[in-house]
Amino acid sequence: MASGPRQKFDNPVIEWVDSRLPIFTLMNKEYGVFPTPRNFNYFWNFGAIAMVMLVTMIVTGITLAMHYNTSTAGAFDSVERIMRDVNSGWLIRYLHMNGASFFFIAVYIHIFRGMYYGSYKKPRELLWMLGVLIFLLMMATAFMGYVLPWGQMSFWGATVITNLFSAIPLVGDSIVTFLWGGFSVDNPTLTRFFALHYLLPFVIVGVVFLHVWALHVTGSNNPLGIDVKGPQDTLPFHPYYTMKDMFGILVFLIVYVAFVFFMPNALGHPDNYIPANPMVTPAHIVPEWYFLPFYAILRAITFDIGIPFTDIVFIEAKLGGVLAMFGSIAMLFILPFLDTHPIRSATFRPWYRIALFGFVVVFLILGVCGSKPAEGFWVPLSQLCTLLYFAFFVVAIPFFNKKEPVAELPPSIHQAVLTSQPVAAE
Amino acid sequence: MTADNAHSPSEDGSTRRDFLYLTAAAFGAVGAGSVAWPFINQMNPAADTLAMSTTEVDLGPIEVGQSITVMWRGKPVFIRHRTPEEIAEAEAVDVSSLRDKETDKQRAEKPAWLVTVGVCTHLGCVPLGQKTGDAKGEYGGWFCPCHGSHYDTSGRIRKGPAPKNLAVPPYTFTTDTTIKIG
Ligand code: HEM
Ligand code: FES
Repeated sequence: MASGPRQKFDNPVIEWVDSRLPIFTLMNKEYGVFPTPRNFNYFWNFGAIAMVMLVTMIVTGITLAMHYNTSTAGAFDSVERIMRDVNSGWLIRYLHMNGASFFFIAVYIHIFRGMYYGSYKKPRELLWMLGVLIFLLMMATAFMGYVLPWGQMSFWGATVITNLFSAIPLVGDSIVTFLWGGFSVDNPTLTRFFALHYLLPFVIVGVVFLHVWALHVTGSNNPLGIDVKGPQDTLPFHPYYTMKDMFGILVFLIVYVAFVFFMPNALGHPDNYIPANPMVTPAHIVPEWYFLPFYAILRAITFDIGIPFTDIVFIEAKLGGVLAMFGSIAMLFILPFLDTHPIRSATFRPWYRIALFGFVVVFLILGVCGSKPAEGFWVPLSQLCTLLYFAFFVVAIPFFNKKEPVAELPPSIHQAVLTSQPVAAE
Repeated sequence: MTADNAHSPSEDGSTRRDFLYLTAAAFGAVGAGSVAWPFINQMNPAADTLAMSTTEVDLGPIEVGQSITVMWRGKPVFIRHRTPEEIAEAEAVDVSSLRDKETDKQRAEKPAWLVTVGVCTHLGCVPLGQKTGDAKGEYGGWFCPCHGSHYDTSGRIRKGPAPKNLAVPPYTFTTDTTIKIG
């Protein structure tokens, strides 16, 4: 980091620090003059937005933790006390609760951006995989956070999800007991979930650092998906993209706080305002909205997989569901290696573009299925959509690798922008 | 020869230095593992959690046809005083047709009393069927509303996604009308 001659700063204090620890030089290099493609559209705001949400979650989370009581006897009441008695407690809690939802909104859009513009492709495979890892860590964090208020959905969501591990052959039940620290979701479980819920966001910060580091090695992708060829294709990050990001962040935050102030419980489930009761299961257990598509995939496998017309079963339905759910995220993880088509941006890949829109529709339908009881028509619909979800990765993409025509690309970003070809219009 | 022993290969091409590397790595791995173990094992149930794991129940007041739910290890346990019809139904089933093959005799020490853990073996919901008005499923036992598992009057899985019968906890009759679970 300290290689090469360092430019002096005019401010003597900054210069004193920087000559001993070149942190200002680093910031300037990575966020000041950093060369950034000049043709970004608003999809490129969501990384910065996600970062703002991560900081928001940590600040609101630590302040909540100052009032939260980690015990099955006290957790629910302490959250109600935060809502009623703690100064601005209601605000901090609603910011945290809705912040999780908006963090996921930002990250889902961010992932879609990556899929649409081929940002996962060479040379950004590792960058993408670190992103999927962040997504997984977020899911674990949000799942454990949702247990903390110790309402009915907290308890039963935790019960159903931890029980997934009992599907693992032979050691499944011991693993579940190990996760619980007892024989059901109880005080030991709540305590460890709180410890991990506090820890994981900081692990996420660490992985985000690696993610951004990898980004700054390859540089950003852009809506055309073509490589930066020279200085005429880029702009310095500051002030151009600091300003554009700031604008996007403010618009996003307006929507977020509108939820916090005017409909703070719209995205939650009313049953979580009923204290946890291990003896009564709610009529219908649903996870938070951002887990619904994966929950639908989990429930779609209602049949054992084995040799037909015999009793021989290789994979019980329960294990099958768990494998399908984790498999659906594994698909994202290996996407860079599944898609070997030479063109990045869907702008120049009409076939892939149609398939991707189909994929998004399937994902949304799965979300609806996940919110409905697993009965009647919803079961075959989730099964069909699960099939299509996997088909996108293992049928459509390999097919496009072989057959989708390789379109002619614009010669460079600045030429595309200056001649304002329709494709370059933002 | 003596001076260069560490580097001169033996017949199969390995040196003493290789041996030292391997032993150092092996000791390191065993050491790291034995330090890690307490930090992993602390997650398993603690001594007091294990100690709370028996419950005594007086069966006297439970009428024929009635069910009660008691807590054992933080989980509901269903105790049903079965009617003769329920017992007959449970015994008449052809065991080879079951997903989890168990006879009613294996599951109920005294036919009148069926004791099961009231936790669905699918993903852990509490099935319905304990209260008079509850849905009892197509086989007259219990019905799990979470993903639609049906259990019969012996608590055996008959239909739906659950892989196993409702578990029978370890219990003993301490007198004719009391049991100790756990
Ligand atoms: C990746 C960042 C984070 C996510 C996605 C997240 C998610 C969540 C969610 C979904 C809830 C449940 C809210 C509710 O329904 O009431 C929650 C609760 C909670 N979180 Fe976080 N959280 C994050 C970071 C943190 C951090 C860093 C702390 C610091 C200790 C924290 C402390 C808490 C506390 C004390 C609660 C319980 C109070 C409550 O339910 O409002 N969280 N979290
Ligand atoms: S938990 Fe009972 S059917 Fe799924």
